[in-house]
Parts: sequence; structure tokens; C-alpha cells
Amino acid sequence: MSGPSVAVFGATSAIAEQVARRFAARGARLFLVARDSARLERIAADLAIRGAASVHTHAADFDDAAALGPMLEAMGRSVGVPEIALVAFGTLGDQTAIARDVDAVGRVLTTNFVSPARLITALVERMEPEGRGLVAVLTSVAGERGRASNYVYGSAKAGLSTFLEGLRHRLAGSGLQVLDIRPGPVDTPMTRELGLGGPLLASAERVAADIERAIDRRRSLLYTPWFWRWIMLGIRTLPEPIFHRLQL
Amino acid sequence: MVSRFPESETHLSWGRVLRARHRIARPSSPEAAEEALARRGGLSVLAFGLGRSYGDSCLNPDGLLIETRGLDRLLAFDPTRGILRAEAGVSLADLLATVVGRPTPDGGVWCLPVSPGTRFVTLGGAVANDVHGKNHGVAGSFGRHVRALTLLRSDRGRVECTPEHNGELFRATIGGLGLTGLILEVTLQLERVEGLLLEVEEIRFEDLEGFYRLAEESAGWTYTVAWVDCLARGRNLGRGIFSRARHLPGGAEHVERPGPPRLSVPVTPPLSPLGRASLTAFNALIWRRLGLAGRRVRTVPWHRFLYPLDSIGAWNRLYGPRGFWQYQCVVPPAEAPRAVARLLETIAHSGQGSFLAVLKTMGPLPSPGLLSFPMEGTTLALDFPNRGSPTLELLARLDRIVLEAGGRLYPAKDGRMPAHLFRVGFPNWRAFAELVDPAFSSAFWRRVDTADERAQVMELAA
Ligand SMILES: Cc1cc2nc3c(=O)[nH]c(=O)nc-3n(C[C@H](O)[C@H](O)[C@H](O)COP(=O)(O)OP(=O)(O)OC[C@H]3O[C@@H](n4cnc5c(N)ncnc54)[C@H](O)[C@@H]3O)c2cc1C
Ligand SMILES: NC(=O)c1ccc[n+]([C@@H]2O[C@H](COP(=O)([O-])OP(=O)(O)OC[C@H]3O[C@@H](n4cnc5c(N)ncnc54)[C@H](OP(=O)(O)O)[C@@H]3O)[C@@H](O)[C@H]2O)c1
Repeated sequence: MSGPSVAVFGATSAIAEQVARRFAARGARLFLVARDSARLERIAADLAIRGAASVHTHAADFDDAAALGPMLEAMGRSVGVPEIALVAFGTLGDQTAIARDVDAVGRVLTTNFVSPARLITALVERMEPEGRGLVAVLTSVAGERGRASNYVYGSAKAGLSTFLEGLRHRLAGSGLQVLDIRPGPVDTPMTRELGLGGPLLASAERVAADIERAIDRRRSLLYTPWFWRWIMLGIRTLPEPIFHRLQL
Repeated sequence: MVSRFPESETHLSWGRVLRARHRIARPSSPEAAEEALARRGGLSVLAFGLGRSYGDSCLNPDGLLIETRGLDRLLAFDPTRGILRAEAGVSLADLLATVVGRPTPDGGVWCLPVSPGTRFVTLGGAVANDVHGKNHGVAGSFGRHVRALTLLRSDRGRVECTPEHNGELFRATIGGLGLTGLILEVTLQLERVEGLLLEVEEIRFEDLEGFYRLAEESAGWTYTVAWVDCLARGRNLGRGIFSRARHLPGGAEHVERPGPPRLSVPVTPPLSPLGRASLTAFNALIWRRLGLAGRRVRTVPWHRFLYPLDSIGAWNRLYGPRGFWQYQCVVPPAEAPRAVARLLETIAHSGQGSFLAVLKTMGPLPSPGLLSFPMEGTTLALDFPNRGSPTLELLARLDRIVLEAGGRLYPAKDGRMPAHLFRVGFPNWRAFAELVDPAFSSAFWRRVDTADERAQVMELAA
């Protein structure tokens, strides 16, 4: 017996790869999309050995709207309509470099908001008629309050969270679940250049375990690690005059 | 864009003695590793796996460490022949959770051919130290089971090495302490076993003679190892408990599989609880564990026998902020009984006991690496809390016994051996030095390669 069918968009993401390993170990049928095909093929080989019942790959850039059609056709040929879709791609952007760069702001907003919103729309069109399934999307705690250090990225993630919220409203009762995953800082290539460290930096393995559990339990919102729910509650309620004195 | 590598002061080896500053690269693909190597600037480079080496062979102070944990993909697995190709940052723990226990075509299961006393080591680390396990007598060292390596060199790019093709570099890289370049991929032949349960027998022995008698009697057993009570003196010198084990038929189903450590030491206590009093109590307890019969037989999952220490995370912190020294030597068969007795006498006399005193015989199967540690004889491994110069003086006394017996020390466990002892113990070191990657170095290598040999001889004679 094989496990669920899972489509992963942004399969070279460190977090997505760890989630995919967990589903591979359960015998899932996998469809993986990323733009770096050399890395994608290594990851696919790995997931097959780890137990995936089948692994199909497709190389595409999510910012390329024209690539969407062929991508979803490839998905249809390999796993059909997946039971689980994980949308993981994203880019932090160098905030200090893009703060005054009009084109760069556009690119960060595109990759973190426009492209996933477009993809999710097309996925839901296929998944909703099935009356089951789950779309899991990586947003971020950075979307919950604009901060000097990453407000371009953060505002795109905030937009994406609002998009998911509305989608969930629309799909209520349809059988298709929408999961908004909000990690705190995670130790992945995305944060590596920032030289972060310390107890608040979670491992991708840990975050992936939380994601797997939230998918299995059909949750609609996940903070991972859990304490970010409470940290963000505090940060959201800080009055601006105090907030402005903080270096965040 | 040339960006600087982040700095770290928290990359320690398992003994936690040497504190140093490193630059860190953490590639998650071979291409990213290539890129890190290309933009090293003037920094010397060394691979860092899971840091389970005790001394300074996995450290490169003020240089660049390339962490390999992000290179952890399984690339090909042939379930009929048991051949696995994987990136070098894959840990043995990961293999235990994936390919170990998979069925062979003839009703057995695949197992690791050789494993050290912890599963938290990477394939690259296992190759670079040509590690040995409790089955050395039947399996030899890890390198004997390696079929191919992909090496990344600063001067030659990617190099495929097998025993036949680039054989010199292959033999230099096995046991090569990370100095011949970055290992990207390892092709390993797994071992077929009947099942993942072991029949384990533990037998008390009263002295070293008893140990050697049991070692000889245990030829039919796959795994052998002994714990010695290093506080015992005189008539009791060399007493301990001998363990031997072999695979039972029955495959892998229904055998408990290892999970993450249940207990973990969260912080380093300011004072180590592993003092003399607790050591005495510990040894007395272990010694009595087998009861009056002095012998017991159990059935145990394979990983529990192989990795007893893995059930406690970060146990090395228990040695306190100053860390500890490991000392592991091997002495050739003819000299072994006398040399081991002298080593144990010297330790008992010093009063600086070791919690984990492990005695093993190593079989005659040759190790493939130019600098491989395993050779035929008896190996003794010890832990000493770092008390500064009294500890170093004791280790220097042990050095002399090892040197006289024609033995050698294990670089994976070492952070202080004099260059002279290294060069005598590893006579191929000059040929090896020719094959070292010009961009690679380590604290260990700088210690033993460039040191003034005469000064070292004087120091040893002193
Ligand atoms: C509890 C415990 C028990 C042990 N028992 C045994 C035992 O029974 N037998 C035994 O032989 N050893 C034993 N060891 C030692 C251990 O097996 C070795 O030190 C091993 O090499 C550690 O692997 P690592 O991945 O942590 O490598 P590290 O310690 O990080 O590095 C070890 C060496 O490998 C090199 N290296 C790592 N990855 C690469 C790579 N990709 N390319 C090139 N070089 C690389 C490093 O540069 C360094 O020189 C034990 C250690 C512990 C902590
Ligand atoms: N790491 C954190 O601290 C953190 C915190 C909160 C939320 N998140 C979110 O978690 C998700 C996963 O991130 P991660 O931490 O796993 O980082 P990561 O390893 O850097 O993954 C990001 C992935 O997005 C891909 N990508 C970016 N733009 C793309 C495009 N236009 N087309 C195709 N692929 C594209 C990247 O591909 P390439 O490798 O080819 O560039 C990469 O695989 C992201 O959405 C991120 O915003 C991360």
C-alpha cells in the first residue's frame, strides 16, 4: 500500500526537503518542482531511496507565469490531483540593498506573493472538485508586523497569509483544507548569511516534524516552533512608540 | 558577490579542550561546496562532519571549516548487492533509519559493515579516520568496505577515486584525516547479516590473562569488546568484563529501532560530576553487575549493543568546562600483554582513573589507508578529565610505553601526541604528505607535520 500523493513546489528548499523526507518514509508518491534541476535530481534520488513509492520531478521558475500550465500538466501525468500540496519557495532578499531599489522590491513581492498566489489559485481549481486534500503554504511570522529589517519580504508574506485566510473562508465546507505555516527563524540557506544563532533559531528537521503533524491533523494555522505564537502576540500588541525603539 | 564566511567560536571537538575561532561554510549541494572552496581567499580549509573526533584533527583554528551536514543525500542503493552511494555528510544514524534492515535477496538483512561506538558520525568522518568497530576481527576497518570516493580538490577539482583508479589518492583519503580534500560522495558495500537482534554474552575476567583467554575463545563471535576497571591494582590488575555478540536469525521486523536520545545533558556543569569518588562507585557497580555467576546472556537489538553511549545526548559535557582527553593506542600482538599491563599499572598508580576504559583485540586484516590506525594487536581506549599538566604528564608516560612496544596512537582521539610519536607510529606519513591538498590543513596536521622533530625527541626522552 502506498502513502499519500504529495506535490512540493520549491522542493530544493531546506524546509521542504525535510518535509518530503518524512512523507517519503511513509511511502508517498511525490511530485517535486524546483528551478535548479541538478539539485532537484539529487533530492529526488534521495527521496526514492528513503521510501517514496514514486518520485517525479519538473524544473520551473515560479516567477514565470507561462511555466505554470506545463507544470500542472506534468503534475497531472505523474500523481494526478495530489492529496497534499506544499508551497515552499520564497526569497528573503537583502533588505538593506533593496530598500531603495524599485525593481528589487518588485521581485521580492512577486516571488513571495504574486507567484504563490497564482500557483495556489491554479492548484485549488484542480483540488477543490475532489472534495478532499490540503494545501500547505509557508508564510512567516515576519508577516505579522512590519519591521525595518525585512518589511518588503514581510509584507508579501502578510499578503499571502491574508490570501490564504480568504481562500479558507471560500473553501469552508468544501473538504479542501488550507494550512498557513508561520515559522520563526529557521536554520536554512535563507538565513545563513545573516549569521543568526542561539536558542530561537530552529532546525529545519524540527520545523518539518511540526509541519507533518499539522498536515496530518488538518490544521489551518501553524506557528513553528510553537512559542512564536506567543512571541508574536506580544510583538503585535506593542504600541508603536515602544516598537520604534527596538532593533528588530 | 564575495561575501565573508560567518565566524564561530562554538565548533568544538568531542573532548572540548581546544577552543578556537573558525570561519564556517555550510554547503547544501556539491556545487555550493565547490563555490565555498573557490572563494576561500587565504584561508586554509578542513571538512567538519559531526565533530565526534575528540582532539584537534577536526579543527582548523583561524581557518575555514566546511560543514558537511547539508550534504546528506542518498544517491543510489542497489538492494540486491547492498551497494550504497551517498553524499559524505550522511550520518550512520541516518543509514540506520533507512537502508539498514532492508531485506537482502536471500532472506537476510543489510547492515553497516563496520561502525564505531557512536552512530552520530558522518560517512566522510568514518572514511577520514578509517574507523573500526567491535567486529574488527572479521570485518577489518571501514575503508575495506569503501568501493569509491568522489573527492573535491582545490588543485584538481572533482576526482573519482577507487582502489584501481587514482588508487594512491584513494588510499591516502582513507584514514587521511580530511587533509586530501573534501570527500563529496562515498560508495559503500553493506554487510549481509541474518537479523538485527544480537545474542550477547558478558563474562567477568579477573586479570589480563583472563582477557586474552576469552579473546582467543571468542573466534566464533562477530563482535567483541571489554571494559576494564582501571582503578584495580596488583592481583586485580586488568580485571573487567568481556562482551561478545553475534547476529541472530530473524530479519529486522519487530526489532526495536533507535530513536533520538531519551536523555540529554543540556548545559556544561561548572564542576564535573565525574570525579574520583563517582568513578570508584561506578567501577564497583559495573564489576558486580554480573552477580555471582560472573556471566550472563541476553538478546539485544543491534544498536543497543553497538552504541551504549548514544542513549545520552551530549554526555561529553559532563566532564565540565575544561573538557577531557581521550587516549587510544594499539600495540602489536607480541608486545601487547606486557605493554597493556604497564599502561594499566601506570594509570592505576597515577590515581587518574578513566570512566570508559575499553580493551579490544584487532585482527590481522590489513587496513587500506596510508595513515589508517587499525593494525593487528590490542587497543586500549581511555578518557581522562582534563586537569592540566598532571593529565598531560600521565599521557606522556603512556606515550613512552606505546613507543617502546612499537604501537601507535589514534589521531581521531588525539589532541596532543608529539610529532615524533606520530611519525614513528605512521611510517607512511611522508608519502601521505605528498598527497595532502595544498589548501587543506588542521590543528592536528600543523602539530605533527611542521614541528621540529629533534625537539620532540628530546621531550619524549625527558
Ligand atoms: C562515543 C564515541 C565512540 C567512538 N567510538 C569509536 C570506535 O569504536 N572506533 C573508531 O574508529 N572511532 C570511534 N570514535 C571516533 C569517531 O568514529 C571518529 O572520530 C569519526 O571520524 C567521527 O566522525 P565525524 O563525522 O564526527 O567527523 P569529525 O569528527 O567532524 O571529523 C573527523 C575527521 O574527518 C574529516 N572529515 C569529515 N568529513 C569529511 C569529508 N566529507 N571529507 C573529508 N574529510 C572529512 C575531518 O576533517 C576530520 O579530520 C568514537 C567517537 C565517539 C564520540
Ligand atoms: N528560513 C527561515 O527562517 C524561514 C522563516 C519563515 C518562513 N520561511 C519560509 O519558508 C520557505 C522555505 O524557505 P527555507 O528556509 O527552506 O529556505 P531555502 O532553503 O532558501 O528555500 C527557498 C527555496 O525557494 C526557491 N525559490 C526562490 N525563488 C524561486 C523561484 N522564483 N522559482 C523557483 N524556486 C524559487 C529556492 O530555489 P533556489 O535554491 O533555486 O534559489 C529555494 O529552494 C520560504 O517560503 C520562506 O520564506 C523561512
